[in-house]
Amino acid sequence: MQPDRPVGILGYGCYVPRYRIAGKEIARVWTDGQGGVPVQSKSVPGPDEDTITMAIEAARHALARAGLPARQLGGVWVGSESHPYSVKPSGTIVAEALGTTPWVSAADWEFACKAGSEAFTASMGMVASGMVNYMLAIGADTAQGRPGDALEYTASAGASAMVLGPASEALAIIEATVSYATDTPDFFRRAERPYPVHGQRFTGEPAYFHHVGSAARRLLSDLGRTPQDYTYAVFHQPNSKFPQSIAKQLGFTPEQTAPGLLSPQIGNTYSAIVFLGLSAILDIARPGDTIFLTSYGSGAGSDAYSVVVTDTLLERRDRAPRTADYLARQEFIDYAMYVKWRNELVVG
Amino acid sequence: MHLAKHWRQKAAYYRLEGQRHRVTGEVRFPARQATVGESDEAAEAWEPFVLSGKGEIYSFSVVRQAPAGFEYLAPYPVALVRLAEGPLVTAQLTDCCEDDLFIGQPVEMVTRRLKDTGKDGVLVYGYKFRPVLTQVKGNG
Repeated sequence: MQPDRPVGILGYGCYVPRYRIAGKEIARVWTDGQGGVPVQSKSVPGPDEDTITMAIEAARHALARAGLPARQLGGVWVGSESHPYSVKPSGTIVAEALGTTPWVSAADWEFACKAGSEAFTASMGMVASGMVNYMLAIGADTAQGRPGDALEYTASAGASAMVLGPASEALAIIEATVSYATDTPDFFRRAERPYPVHGQRFTGEPAYFHHVGSAARRLLSDLGRTPQDYTYAVFHQPNSKFPQSIAKQLGFTPEQTAPGLLSPQIGNTYSAIVFLGLSAILDIARPGDTIFLTSYGSGAGSDAYSVVVTDTLLERRDRAPRTADYLARQEFIDYAMYVKWRNELVVG
Repeated sequence: MHLAKHWRQKAAYYRLEGQRHRVTGEVRFPARQATVGESDEAAEAWEPFVLSGKGEIYSFSVVRQAPAGFEYLAPYPVALVRLAEGPLVTAQLTDCCEDDLFIGQPVEMVTRRLKDTGKDGVLVYGYKFRPVLTQVKGNG
């Protein structure tokens, strides 16, 4: 899928909470420290943080980089599987905090870890069609894992925001995208249930690897490219291993994926993670660099994007904190504080 | 639930919107309605203005006996913050502990969850301040 009217990223912003919990600290409580851990540490939201607060901060950075007054946004779309309300949009609160209201489309998107990617693709369509000039697409999550479950080691928190607009004003142009989706029961959470469950044998090969691989191969084929044509690549990161395995299967090298591989440090920030990886790359990329991006959401689907960096990146990059600034301010907490902040203590 | 109270304050709470005098450039926060005896002209000289969110700690203290609804945060710091535009505001500090803080410290505004009014109530969002992100180190 290629837009008639070329579309690009005008500004990007990221957010990662200050707090971390180490994988080995979770293992200390549940497995007596035995066995490996899927990531070294994961980000933990502070007690006053949620999807909305993290989305707001990332969005402010994206607008600052774009140099765009908030009122010029045609839409504020928030993708998440952890919207604080079941009924009451995150988008309106974020839009109000940015000063975009009232003439704006504010909405929430859902698709497990791919909700941010949904908002991003749909925003491309809004700009490409000429319906609006500028869109804000956000992916943000405070992911939940059942205490003691494998997911507890990786389900983390973060946000990313992208201002999309005409390619002529962009710091990176989105050349093309494809979407691949099937009904796959690899991971789900019923309404009113606090924690999701894995669909046993559907996890992994029929889910992540099939969908990410299919979308990625199709986009490369559509564009007549090979992995060697890209400077960098980012794949969805449910843990440390999966993105590195799929990159290898597709023919991307560790040098291409290392700058955007954040899950070993912060875990899986769900809707935010591929765009946080993209942010980390844009923090260091040079004009002309090419970036290959593929999201994944359980249920299941993948969106792949091909992105080219423009000269404009250099003048906008330092208008907001870099991803590395957020990664550096890590404050480790123990499991007791983690449980307190997650409201899992019954205090009466 | 005080829905109207929280809703009415959203511009100030969410994005630190105050007022600026069209002639003198003076900034005030929070915004005020016209006062008794003030002419329409004098009141209309104040226009909505979003403050930068930059400031420094004028003074601070630590709340250990928290009021209802804030127990889970205790102990937490509260500060008087001198904003770059002049006004002095009282606010919670976040992403820090007592040992991280000093008078004159540069801080920046963030929008955070201020209060959860209960399972059938709204979540109240609003401004807090934190030490400037790029100057913070952790224990990691």
